[in-house]
Amino acid sequence: MNSAARFSALTRLLHWLMAVLVLAMLFIGVGMVSTVSPRYHGLIAIHRPLGIAILVLVIIRLINRVRNPGPALPAHLSRLERLAAKASQWLLYALMILLPLVGWGMLSAQRYPVVLLGAVHLPPILPHDAALYALLRQTHTLLAYALFATFIAHFGAALVHALIYRDGVFASMSPWRRRAGRP
Amino acid sequence: MSKRSAFVLIGALLAAVALAFAYVGGWLTPQRLGPARMIRAFEADNGQHPGFRRNHAKGLCVTGFFDSNGAGTQYSKAVVFATGRVPVVGRLALAGGQPFQADTSRAVRSLALRFSLPDGEEWRTGMNAIPVFPVNTPQAFYEQLLATRPDPATGRPDPARMAQFLAAHPESARALEVIGSQVSSSGFANSRFNSLDAFRLVAAGGSVSAVRWAMVPDEPFAADDAADTGARSPNYLFDAVMAELQHRPLQWHLMITLAQPGDPTNDATVAWPVERPQVDVGTLTLEHAQGEDTGACRDINFDPLVLPAGIEPSDDPLLSARSATYARSFTLRSRESKPPSAVQTPSVLNGVPP
Repeated sequence: MNSAARFSALTRLLHWLMAVLVLAMLFIGVGMVSTVSPRYHGLIAIHRPLGIAILVLVIIRLINRVRNPGPALPAHLSRLERLAAKASQWLLYALMILLPLVGWGMLSAQRYPVVLLGAVHLPPILPHDAALYALLRQTHTLLAYALFATFIAHFGAALVHALIYRDGVFASMSPWRRRAGRP
Repeated sequence: MSKRSAFVLIGALLAAVALAFAYVGGWLTPQRLGPARMIRAFEADNGQHPGFRRNHAKGLCVTGFFDSNGAGTQYSKAVVFATGRVPVVGRLALAGGQPFQADTSRAVRSLALRFSLPDGEEWRTGMNAIPVFPVNTPQAFYEQLLATRPDPATGRPDPARMAQFLAAHPESARALEVIGSQVSSSGFANSRFNSLDAFRLVAAGGSVSAVRWAMVPDEPFAADDAADTGARSPNYLFDAVMAELQHRPLQWHLMITLAQPGDPTNDATVAWPVERPQVDVGTLTLEHAQGEDTGACRDINFDPLVLPAGIEPSDDPLLSARSATYARSFTLRSRESKPPSAVQTPSVLNGVPP
């Protein structure tokens, strides 16, 4: 990959916007279920609309990904590294879609209103069923840990490309251009 | 940068993110009070009762409706206050985590309600038949659970621990005195149920009022003056309200108390002065009772922070704690199998005279 091969501006914008939102969401989620302090209400009031925003954004992003696949991976990567790169990216997409859907579904199954803002709320998408809620609630937590683990792997791989391989993979998604004259 | 130092830097960055995640999640601060710890305290005090609510464990489902008279629209844009009728599912219960406790005159009665509003919004509220709440922070609530834990040797709470708790929490000592001086009414039907926590009403024009609310019974007050000798049915309170509902609907008026500047909204142990203006905003009518094993209230978490636009939480720290802890209780009981509840609807049909 040469240093000019970059993802499109829209792709990079979506990537970094979602990076911030997803990471914030993971911290909000794990924080809110571990406290009874007054922060709880504010955190959960952000958690629901933010999750729905991520669901909308990831759908836009998938459409964009199919239409603008972006630059190919560099040739020096082994087959295993290519497989890991592809698999972790699709795992990230899958988790970013599933987590908000499972969240919406679990609130639906306990008939808890999914309030976005003020009186604006989403309809339930599943029947009122406590056992189904129990299953989805546990699934939501497990998927969230999986997403955090996948994020750590993705972040680590990005840093390896940026600091060790210096092969342009990080630069292809970086929000800024590399300054001329530097490797 | 050498390859080696690059690896060290990458490892340090990843570890920092993972540690931050662990910190926010509470794994590095086991002393933090979270819903799981609060629930464990309930279970330690009351024993394990899988499938039941961890607090207000003994209860009965009720259904009916709320007729708003429109008077509340002056203070809140919430749809529930527009003139009209909305369906209500509720639950009458006794405070405490023991689903098979015997009814007594001193047991704290509660009424939880879910109003289903025409625009799809909901309002859920849990109210108690006590004038003030015994504590004003989640931490004090937790300490109270520790102080009232039965001593394994005697099966009863250790008075020394309770005395210690009250010395550390004079506001609780004062509140418990107020609660203790209240004469219990003869049943659920003539109990007054108080929100205890404060909320904020937001009007269409944007004005904000700090309020508390209460369901004030139409049934005349009569004192529960029989001694708790054990001669009464262990479900006498529930049996009586089921029998009454067989005959006729029961009604309460939703009274909203408006705070004046200076009235505490963050301290549920303190009553507001009795002369504060009260607005009657409508009538709750309960028509039917159903045992909670099959009743409509079974799978409802009466979370006090399920509020329609126009009703907002106050700065009362108990609200978030209740919401977080109820969610945990609901999650636990929804995956447990539950033995039959103490209160069954047929018991009133099979013998207890109406």
